[in-house]
Amino acid sequence: MSKLEKFLRGRFAAALMAVLVGFAISAVVLIAAGYNPISAFAALFHGAFGRPKYIANVFIKATPILLTGVSVAFAFKTGLFNIGAEGQYILGTVLATIVGVKLNLPMPLQVPIVLAAGILGGAALGAFVGWLKAHFGIHEVITSIMCNWIVFYLCNYVVMSDTFHKPNSSSALAVNPRSYTMILGNWKKSDAGKEFLSNIPWLREILLKTDLNYGFIIAVLIAILASIILTRTKLGYELRAVGFNRDAARFSGISVERNIVLSMLIAGAFCGLAGALAVTGIAPHTITLLAGMEGYGFNGMSVAFIAACSPLGCIPASILFASLIYGGMSVQQTMGAPSDIINIMIGTIVFFTALPGLTPVLANMVAKRRKDQENVRVSKDGTPLPEKEV
Amino acid sequence: MEASPEYAVQMHGILKTFGQFTALDYVDLDVKKQTVHAILGENGAGKTTLMNILYGLYQADEGDIFMGGEKVSITNPTEAIKHGIGMVHQHFMLVENFTVTENIILGDEVCGAAGVLDMARARKEVMELVNEYGFDVDPDAKIQDITVGMQQRVEILKALYRGAEVLILDEPTAVLTPQEIEKLIEIMHDLIAKGKTIIIITHKLKEIMQSADECSIIRRGVYMGTVDVHQSNETELASKMVGRNVNLTVEKTPAHPGETVLSIRDLTVKDDRGIEQVRGLNLDVRAGEIVGIAGIDGNGQQELVDAITNIVKAESGSIKINGEEIANTTPRNTYLKKVATIPSDRHRWGLVLPFTVSENTALERHADDEFGAGITLDYDKMREYTTKLIKEFDIRPAGSEDERMSGLSGGNQQKAIIARMVTASPNLLIAFQPTRGLDVGAIEFVHKTLIAERDRGAAILLISFELDEVMDVSDTIAVIYHGQITGTFAQGTVDENQLGLLMAGGEAK
Repeated sequence: MSKLEKFLRGRFAAALMAVLVGFAISAVVLIAAGYNPISAFAALFHGAFGRPKYIANVFIKATPILLTGVSVAFAFKTGLFNIGAEGQYILGTVLATIVGVKLNLPMPLQVPIVLAAGILGGAALGAFVGWLKAHFGIHEVITSIMCNWIVFYLCNYVVMSDTFHKPNSSSALAVNPRSYTMILGNWKKSDAGKEFLSNIPWLREILLKTDLNYGFIIAVLIAILASIILTRTKLGYELRAVGFNRDAARFSGISVERNIVLSMLIAGAFCGLAGALAVTGIAPHTITLLAGMEGYGFNGMSVAFIAACSPLGCIPASILFASLIYGGMSVQQTMGAPSDIINIMIGTIVFFTALPGLTPVLANMVAKRRKDQENVRVSKDGTPLPEKEV
Repeated sequence: MEASPEYAVQMHGILKTFGQFTALDYVDLDVKKQTVHAILGENGAGKTTLMNILYGLYQADEGDIFMGGEKVSITNPTEAIKHGIGMVHQHFMLVENFTVTENIILGDEVCGAAGVLDMARARKEVMELVNEYGFDVDPDAKIQDITVGMQQRVEILKALYRGAEVLILDEPTAVLTPQEIEKLIEIMHDLIAKGKTIIIITHKLKEIMQSADECSIIRRGVYMGTVDVHQSNETELASKMVGRNVNLTVEKTPAHPGETVLSIRDLTVKDDRGIEQVRGLNLDVRAGEIVGIAGIDGNGQQELVDAITNIVKAESGSIKINGEEIANTTPRNTYLKKVATIPSDRHRWGLVLPFTVSENTALERHADDEFGAGITLDYDKMREYTTKLIKEFDIRPAGSEDERMSGLSGGNQQKAIIARMVTASPNLLIAFQPTRGLDVGAIEFVHKTLIAERDRGAAILLISFELDEVMDVSDTIAVIYHGQITGTFAQGTVDENQLGLLMAGGEAK
């Protein structure tokens, strides 16, 4: 197998191809709408990476969808479709807010407890869906969609409740500042910090003009953790066995029910953490009245599928996705081109990553061409065909 | 051989490669009109590939196809059907909740004016076919309600309905009971008498002897020649197929049974529909002996195995391993009591096909500390262990530790399961249909392994629907009928007829 052929059979090629096709089709749409695609893509790139604070914002945007993406990918690797990532995320924000508002502990205690509350919320919701599937055979897609809505209205109920509603606003009270997961959150506002930063403009920009927080680092660690669970532990082995063949797993002494619940619990925990980190890391540090689903869970699905459901693959996929969303806003601002173009691009990319047969076809073409060349060479030399494999 | 009108199908110089792998190496096939022509070869020899080329599912890299002496080009199944070729696949392609008639006309519907489906006419046409060929099939029955044998007849009818003159049957007996096989052979002879030509792909020698006129043999993609079946015998066919002399008889020394290992008393088990399938069964298996259970499929064999392996709950009764009760515990507990089971359906129970070979051989043991303490799992250790098994059990291809299990041939998949079960040094080895779908070479291996395990001192419970296998391999033969053991005999004290009677619910004479 030649290097090119090997590359084309890899997962990375499939994702890259999908991205390229996504850009190509968006270019066609842009031209049809009367915009210059080159300057639109330049605006997109500039909007995502043009300034230090843009880059910081891309990573901030990437954090929740990286976690929900890892959640969907993790569940998918174990044979489950976690369409409930959205609800688990929302429940994570709600519980983190409730605990973060009510508790007032020293920071080293406060932050882990607030995050744990979010994790617990997501995990419990995931486990509930898994339990319904394991013991009653109710498909997880149906139950998690319903749970999404239950949690959605629960969130709005908490926002408007007497205990948590912030008067004259559409938000709940903000969590105690000790719950914040900002990078250098206190220092950057202190006089010493301000003075220090005034000498380093780029650092000043990303620290003071964005909500830069520890979320992305935590999310990357979670992606690595998910990958380790799947490929280096007995638990991951059992989860995957159950996902691929329930009967064979049961026959081999693996508890199918327990593993379905566990898989959804872990997937839910990742989403719950995403929600908690959104509250602790991004202003206004609370939940607001939702008019519709915010789409963190659903975007996570797109991230997972671009990454071919590899947890580690979700890291670049989430950055790509976040840069498209964030950079896409400046396409609208600088060119007046509708941001729908970006949605078309994202849609196209996801669509083509869902066609895994595309790049292997190219690999076959490469293989065939190589074979033809070899045949020519053989006949010229007059040497016999290579020994057949038996 | 020249192309000639005497031949229904001729395939000359067929070359087919998949990447680096040569599946068919300039293979020839000449099928005379109005004969049954068998294609014999081990699993993965290329039999099905050759037929898929004839049916237009694959294109040959090189080679010509002639029908009745005329060169034809077949690039897809529609063209094959136009040329009068019909194929019945090993796994049926039927819509479960459609009726027989609906399935037969599917894709070739009879329509009246304005394209309205004319079911009445379709039904009449199907009835005519059923009557012409004397098939015992109800055109209004749903596929899900009829037996596997009947489903196969529906597949044959489907091909005939489309005007097939040449019928390809891919492993047609793999799923049938002995009675259904007999009926199928009758049908094949009938079809020949009515002018059809049949090509049958198989690795079962007995059926070739019973049904075929000529037999072409393929070994690892190479055409080994065609023999006149009437002038040949099973041993000759077998050695031509595997390329060495195969011992078709099972050789073993007398058993030296020891302590009772498995002891089942008054066991009752229900199936998933709540119907009692095992009804107060008693059975003992001692160390160092092979107890073979003879019986027709559906007499409680599956439920018996499921209860011992703790896949299902027993309603009542006891199952003891070396005196310890294991009924109604967990599959893990059965494993820990050193009971290993070769399941009947290896794809469903035995293997996780998308897993690698190495991940598969670690199943069950993965939870022990052998491959890593605590929560960790050491894939390198699993791989080392698998390398040892691949060598010891000659699992092919060598070096396939990281290949997906789905890429291995059926025989090698079975070897992987057996390797996994035998290396556990079980006290009790249950072998449920252990040679299902295997070729003679692999069958010989399985039987030798069972006997070697017996001689090591394991108790062996062999459950098979192949009466010959039970009679050849077992030291003690027990007959199961209607969920009970209705007779127990030492090997050699009972003949096929007596067992056949008991298996059908009669009294032994």
